[in-house]
Amino acid sequence: MTPDTIDIRYVATLARIALSDDEIERFSKELGELLGHVRALQELDTASVPATAQVVESRNVLREDVERPCLDREVVLDGAPQRQGGFFRVPRIIAE
Amino acid sequence: MNAAEIARDVSARRVSAAEVTAATLARVQAVDGDVGAYLTLLGEIARSSAARVDERIAAGEHLALAGVPIALKDNMCLEGARTTCASKILEHWIAPYTATAVARLLEAGAIPIGKANCDEFAMGSSCENSALGVTRNPYDLARVPGGSSGGSAAAVAAGEAAIGLGSDTGGSIREPAAFCNLVGFKPTYGRVSRYGLIAFASSLDQIGPLARSVEDAALAYDIMAGYDPMDATSLDRPVERTADSLRADLAGLRVGIVREFDTKALGERSDALYREAYRDLERLGAELVDVSLPTADYGLATYYLIAPAECSSNLARFDGVRYGLRVEGADVRAMYDNTRAAGFGPEVKRRILIGTHALSSGYYDAYYVRAQKARTLIARDFERAFAQCDLIACPAASCPAFVFAAKSDPYSMYLMDYYTIPMSLAGLPALSVPCGWTVPEGGNLPLPIGLQLCAPLFGEKLLLGAAAAYERATNHALAHPAQIGTVPA
Repeated sequence: MTPDTIDIRYVATLARIALSDDEIERFSKELGELLGHVRALQELDTASVPATAQVVESRNVLREDVERPCLDREVVLDGAPQRQGGFFRVPRIIAE
Repeated sequence: MNAAEIARDVSARRVSAAEVTAATLARVQAVDGDVGAYLTLLGEIARSSAARVDERIAAGEHLALAGVPIALKDNMCLEGARTTCASKILEHWIAPYTATAVARLLEAGAIPIGKANCDEFAMGSSCENSALGVTRNPYDLARVPGGSSGGSAAAVAAGEAAIGLGSDTGGSIREPAAFCNLVGFKPTYGRVSRYGLIAFASSLDQIGPLARSVEDAALAYDIMAGYDPMDATSLDRPVERTADSLRADLAGLRVGIVREFDTKALGERSDALYREAYRDLERLGAELVDVSLPTADYGLATYYLIAPAECSSNLARFDGVRYGLRVEGADVRAMYDNTRAAGFGPEVKRRILIGTHALSSGYYDAYYVRAQKARTLIARDFERAFAQCDLIACPAASCPAFVFAAKSDPYSMYLMDYYTIPMSLAGLPALSVPCGWTVPEGGNLPLPIGLQLCAPLFGEKLLLGAAAAYERATNHALAHPAQIGTVPA
């Protein structure tokens, strides 16, 4: 297992969360400690053990390809922070 | 009053659903200022639901939960009701549809009284991570109700609902049940549809009831359980009814006592109570057998990689575009960063960060995949143990309800779920049932503790049946009233 370090600034960039300097300091310490605890997993011999993503039986779940009613567009858009007509309104994504 | 009794009385028209609802709302008015179980009261929806139930009863319909007031953890959608996950990011969000589990209870005649407080996005063990309110333990208002389903637990314990709906990812039903003198039941993963439950860790999340008796928990479970085409992970296999299979004794059952879970570590009083509980199981006819879960000690480490990894993926949807809060920024990227910075509290940020780290390039195999392999080993431990026994008995929590701010270090809070996490990782059905009282150091009120019982996959009928026998023989729940006052009929 890799060393118990976490580059909070980089991870926060991946996670899309702006952090204050105080948070960076606090989370670096707290999550560094947590990684120290999970280090215990290194003691387990997992060389020939398959990974479990889900415990109970799982298989491909298919349904008939038929039209069904969906959620009402107006109701769904009402839950959004900003809308414009029948769309979610977002900030400009492509530069001019 | 218990849910089963309310349903019988409303069905027999000795009392109307409208009267039960009015009495419950009055109870909420009287005590919720102290308890703080609810984030949103559903007065109008409750009254109109009750009127409809009374009409259906008058028309001769049989409703298994006729007029039963229920509390919904606020991570479950109810159409037209505010659904916040106790988070600022969803503080004003109105759900556009109803969760399947909730819809099934309402169809059976239950009355939704309110949306109950919880730890933000169900991440925590005390309700202290709620961004929207403080919930207090009805048995000692200076203490936490447990979590994350703490509002649902407090509501039932204080007589503000007969059944609370909770969700359990690593112990979030069982631990608050233990803290609030209730039966809290997490079914096998996939038994109850997760459709409309706002996701935290999708391979672990499971909805279940918190109730004042095993019978009530069984009643609610029987209605909620079963395949739902809207949740691809819900189990497409027959559900055995449990409510009419409650046992009077444990004759012929082998109950495994886990060698690695030494209750001496929990202090003299709790140790004595758990030993007495094991003796009671024996007295009821069970044969106690020594079983080993050698990998269970790695449960916490495994869980705190898998659950945050899934959480970091699930909570990516809160991006300031489709739901709830948006905080503007110079560009779209800054908008995402600012929205999530303002909308999520510290514990949610911690889990998103650790999960993102565990899934990131270069760390994925070392952390996430390794944890998934450890999960396999833990599940295998249980398989081996269940070759020697029918049920496992152990503590439900590491201690009774603690005072506010007692667990300020995140890892000390994580340790609360030491006994419940292994079952969650293995997907097993498990419950907490009251097993005695202890006056903690520095406290002066007796606090309840919980016995955890766990069955093999799909063993709900056996599990609830055995718990009912233990409950009937011991009746620990009735030994002390809540500090907040006795529950009215």
